[in-house]
Amino acid sequence: MKICVLVKEVPDAAVEKRIDPSTGRMDRSGEKNLNPYDTHAIEAAMQIKEGGAVPVEEIVAVTMGPDSAVRALHKAVSLGADRSVHLSDPAVAGSDVAATGYALAKTLQRESPDLVLLGQQSDDGECYTIGAVVAEHLGMPSLTQVIKMDVESDALRCERQAEYGYDTVQIKLPAVISVGDAINEPRYPSLKAIMGAKKKPLDAITAADAEIDASKVGGENSAAQWIAAKAPPAKAAGEIIEDEDTGETVEKIIAWLDERKLI
Amino acid sequence: MSTLTPPFSDEHEHLRQSIRGFIERELTPHAQQWEEDRWFPDEVFGKLAAQGLLGLKYPESYGGQGGDYLHEAVLCEELARTGSGGTAAGIGAHVNIATPPIWKFGTEDQKQRYLVPAIRGEKIGALGITEPGAGSDVAALSTRAERVDGGWVVNGEKTYITNGVRAHFIVTAVKTTQEGGHHGTSFLIVERGEDDGITTSKLEKLGWHASDTATISFQDTFVAEENLLGELDGAFKLIMANFQWERLAMSLGAVGAMQIAWERTAQFARDREAFGRPLSGHQAIRHKLADMATSVYTCRCATYDALRRFVAGEDPLREVTMAKLLTQRASFELMDQCLQIHGGAGYMREYWVERAARDARLGPIGGGSDEIMREILGRVLGL
Ligand SMILES: Cc1cc2nc3c(=O)[nH]c(=O)nc-3n(C[C@H](O)[C@H](O)[C@H](O)COP(=O)(O)OP(=O)(O)OC[C@H]3O[C@@H](n4cnc5c(N)ncnc54)[C@H](O)[C@@H]3O)c2cc1C
Ligand SMILES: Cc1cc2nc3c(=O)[nH]c(=O)nc-3n(C[C@H](O)[C@H](O)[C@H](O)COP(=O)(O)OP(=O)(O)OC[C@H]3O[C@@H](n4cnc5c(N)ncnc54)[C@H](O)[C@@H]3O)c2cc1C
Repeated sequence: MKICVLVKEVPDAAVEKRIDPSTGRMDRSGEKNLNPYDTHAIEAAMQIKEGGAVPVEEIVAVTMGPDSAVRALHKAVSLGADRSVHLSDPAVAGSDVAATGYALAKTLQRESPDLVLLGQQSDDGECYTIGAVVAEHLGMPSLTQVIKMDVESDALRCERQAEYGYDTVQIKLPAVISVGDAINEPRYPSLKAIMGAKKKPLDAITAADAEIDASKVGGENSAAQWIAAKAPPAKAAGEIIEDEDTGETVEKIIAWLDERKLI
Repeated sequence: MSTLTPPFSDEHEHLRQSIRGFIERELTPHAQQWEEDRWFPDEVFGKLAAQGLLGLKYPESYGGQGGDYLHEAVLCEELARTGSGGTAAGIGAHVNIATPPIWKFGTEDQKQRYLVPAIRGEKIGALGITEPGAGSDVAALSTRAERVDGGWVVNGEKTYITNGVRAHFIVTAVKTTQEGGHHGTSFLIVERGEDDGITTSKLEKLGWHASDTATISFQDTFVAEENLLGELDGAFKLIMANFQWERLAMSLGAVGAMQIAWERTAQFARDREAFGRPLSGHQAIRHKLADMATSVYTCRCATYDALRRFVAGEDPLREVTMAKLLTQRASFELMDQCLQIHGGAGYMREYWVERAARDARLGPIGGGSDEIMREILGRVLGL
């Protein structure tokens, strides 16, 4: 089995996120990190490999992003991926979700994976949709929010987080699966793994290498266009009920809920 | 993560992120319990070993990670995040003072018997130098080893030894001549076993509660010939050599602890209101926090400079001594100020800050006291 894991470089969780009004894109200056959701996807791939139910020949980390995204790839391979592919091209800069999904699908096609894994969302864009777009272009079935995954020869048995409880779904390979963060606790890389990461093969490719149709990618060619943004309206101050006499407090809460027909 | 500060590179920051995540997931949630238990479990060493954290600077051939002192420095700093000085001290004693002499001065056989299992977290080490009658004055130690057939017989007492109860082996400084001192002190690796003539007792302390600081008595303890570490009668210079890294490690630990304490206290000062505004809205507190941040910064700069020189292979006795002197006192003073800003809450067990203040008090005493640092500086500066 060959597993490709999609990974992304995102602003570090500690950095306050903001839209740059001059470009309409997220301000991605400042400290960056590997999208924390992707670490769960890499861990899921590692657990399939180490689980031994099927032989895994290779785990390949794949990203699209600027030069700095190499660091995210180093982090991904330090967590266990065998090598990485970096699609970097001015032509793809500013792509929206649909264009990014297309470009990633073209990049993945070169690898012919049996399984594509990714995190449920990116910590910056938070679109939750890349998996589905990639699957559509690859003509593969896709599942989102997967929190358990068992390999069965040419299929996967997955548990998918649903609004109430979870669905158990069997899905034929090849497939695209986005995993929820409840699926596992990602490992932390050892120093040896960190030092070894820079020695693992990294394949830097351009849009042309991936046979990407330049008229379908980039900011100009994206269907989604940023027009304006405004801060969400400030919330009205809530009502604080001091708990002096708990019986009384409960009554007050019930009356409040009742008034609003919430119970 | 902070922006890069020399001598640390991108690789070190990646390691820092990994270690911090590991510590915050595996150690910090238990720290309070371990403090109350006056003990952290031995399994902590196994967990650290599985993550490669007991062998960062040791070669891969011994099961280490093949890194160097700079990688170890990251661990020293991040250990402050356990939130338990005692836990950090127990781990630190193992990686920073007990195992380095075996790595540097041990025979291949000693490395196989002690360093390899120590890196695997199977054998825990301690360094036994201090005695009831000899602390700062290392040359005055009186624990003696008499030559017998096939080895030595040790009698005497060590005290204030970190990991003293739990240690499987104690790198012990002993007198091997009548006079002892500079030319009559040797290192023996004393291994614990049945009927070893060793008794240990744990000491109650102001801080470092999770660590088993102990008195260790040797009564006719036999130590085999092959456990002499380094040259016979030649341990004094080994002890002195090892102090440099120990003091750097302590400085790094202080910098790590100061950074976290400052961040938490600044947050507290923003959140807590008095006289109609946040504490940080009062100039007295704001200025205090500004001075404290300056102290963290100066300590970091001095420590990193000494570290950079040490790693570059200089013999930075002056810089390491200054860093140790500066940071240990500054850390205690900073913790006291953090406690003060917390008001009554600062005095309560419920909050982290009273523990941080107690834990920091050891710094100006252990690993060579402030006075001894000044004595060294007096010499180095030609006074
Ligand atoms: C929690 C804890 C853990 C420890 N862990 C270890 C360990 O793992 N291994 C180990 O071997 N030791 C350990 N120690 C011992 C530590 O290194 C000593 O406590 C320290 O070196 C000071 O020695 P002392 O306690 O004998 O004090 P003393 O040497 O008796 O000093 C008493 C005071 O006199 C001052 N003084 C001494 N000489 C001079 C001088 N020439 N001029 C001016 N002032 C002077 C000192 O600075 C100090 O203020 C530990 C101590 C503690 C408290
Ligand atoms: C062991 C103990 C016993 C106690 N016993 C009693 C008791 O018997 N009865 C009782 O009523 N109380 C008691 N107290 C409470 C004690 O009096 C308060 O803790 C103390 O007054 C400080 O108040 P606080 O803790 O709310 O701190 P805060 O008032 O929140 O102060 C926090 C910090 O901000 C500083 N600060 C506050 N205002 C300003 C300002 N305007 N400018 C600059 N700095 C400022 C303070 O000096 C302090 O450093 C006790 C406290 C302790 C710890």
